[in-house]
Amino acid sequence: MKKICFDHNATTPVADEVFEAMLPFLKGEWGNPSSIHWAGRGPKKAVDAGREALCKFFNCADIETIFTSSGTESNNLAIKGLAWAKKDKGNHIITTRVEHPSVLNTCKALAKEGFETTYLDVDADGLIDLNSLEAAITPKTILISTMFANNETGVLFPIKEIGAIAKKRGVTFHADAVQAAGKTPLDVQGLKVDLLTISGHKLYAPKGIGALFVRRGVRLTPLIHGGHHERNRRGGTENVAGIVALGKAVEIAGRDMAAESERMLAMRTRIEKGMQARIPHVKINGHLEKRLPNTVNISFEFVEGESLLLNLDMKGIAASSGSACTSGSLEPSHVLTSMGLSNEMSHGSVRFSLGKSNTEEDVDYLLEIMPAIVERMRSMSPLYAASK
Amino acid sequence: MYSEKVMDHFSNPRNVGEVNDADGSGTVGNAACGDIMKLTIKVEDNKITDVKFKTFGCGAAIATSSMVTELVKGKDLNDAEAISNATVAEALDGLPPVKMHCSNLAADALHAAIEDYKKKTVK
Ligand SMILES: Cc1ncc(COP(=O)(O)O)c(C=O)c1O
Ligand code: FES
Repeated sequence: MKKICFDHNATTPVADEVFEAMLPFLKGEWGNPSSIHWAGRGPKKAVDAGREALCKFFNCADIETIFTSSGTESNNLAIKGLAWAKKDKGNHIITTRVEHPSVLNTCKALAKEGFETTYLDVDADGLIDLNSLEAAITPKTILISTMFANNETGVLFPIKEIGAIAKKRGVTFHADAVQAAGKTPLDVQGLKVDLLTISGHKLYAPKGIGALFVRRGVRLTPLIHGGHHERNRRGGTENVAGIVALGKAVEIAGRDMAAESERMLAMRTRIEKGMQARIPHVKINGHLEKRLPNTVNISFEFVEGESLLLNLDMKGIAASSGSACTSGSLEPSHVLTSMGLSNEMSHGSVRFSLGKSNTEEDVDYLLEIMPAIVERMRSMSPLYAASK
Repeated sequence: MYSEKVMDHFSNPRNVGEVNDADGSGTVGNAACGDIMKLTIKVEDNKITDVKFKTFGCGAAIATSSMVTELVKGKDLNDAEAISNATVAEALDGLPPVKMHCSNLAADALHAAIEDYKKKTVK
């Protein structure tokens, strides 16, 4: 059976070019980039080249980048690091209800230290209201942290506009661009962000490497104290192979993004139109246009998401769901409920996230098998019978 | 993460639907995750002669629903009443810990259906 992945927002496979680029630094070029002798020279050069590629991707200077272990670490460093560094100036943070747990739980943890967080609501399309954002800013506000693109729905926040408000009011602005990177342009100058998070494994580099853009002049208190690495902002001998991989991955992303986005968008549109044409009672979640080209989140009314995922898995298709039954916590997706979806509609949600491996044939196959799966699960559902 | 038996009952659920002219019917919701199951039974001479289910829920919820119908078909009401969520989970070779609560749905719906039958027959 052919295996098809429609779950690229969860993670992506390491691209061949990336794998080839990083391999010498796992075997052969094993030195410490901080060493001045022969063994360290190759790795040092590689770390510098990786940073240069990242700077080009962000459109920033080399001193404005920090390599980390993940998107989660970058988000922690941005939020805690900024909050600690600015605690004499204020204790108020603004974020949104639909952030990734690495932002929400970081803000929650800071509450124990006296920091207060305002969580902005989103509307039915998953978007925030910029007037509410402005109104939430107080003289104590030190940080605005929002995602660039939502991992569950793909909804894009108006980063440029948020950045303009933050700048006008003198508040530092952090964007979690983990899902946006490689799918939409990220020029930090045009966007007026002060801090920006990316993660390697969402753009065809391996797991365990991330990065943070830190605008010149923005001070962060380190999370990890150690040596002089990353200009004293993140201790620990560099993950050389990971940095090389991330450098290669963002280079490829920059090169291929325009064409790939167009290809994704065409497939995404076919999935949306195809599902709506073939299956009654479906709803596309999130703003119809302001969304990543690769992400579609659909609720299939009267059925539960995990049972749909199991059926898809039996047919070789990997996808994910915002259902309470798949969450481990038994809570439905906080993103979908914040958008006003009923628990039942969140239950029946499935996210298809496209990536490089996907083809039009994959979409054909998905559209071919999905109606029967939904129909079978509906025929078993007491809610479906009751609705008729 | 699911046992082969769970996947078997999930892929080929037994006794889906609703019994015609049911003698007892139980609909329960799962407080933990919000899922719903409806179980209908036909009773003759104190025996469950027919049983069917409809479930809105995860893989484990559907498999336990299917399994409970198999376990009670042909059984005495007393024996059927003794079936607990643990009985159902065991019959499926176990469930992942986070999915144990799903088996409550099946046991609760069964007990609700028997209760409903008793209420109707006590004249
Ligand atoms: C929006 C968003 N932020 C942060 C993260 C965390 O990234 P990582 O897996 O590298 O820790 C993820 C990954 O799931 C994400 O989707
Ligand atoms: S019924 Fe919801 S998790 Fe099993």
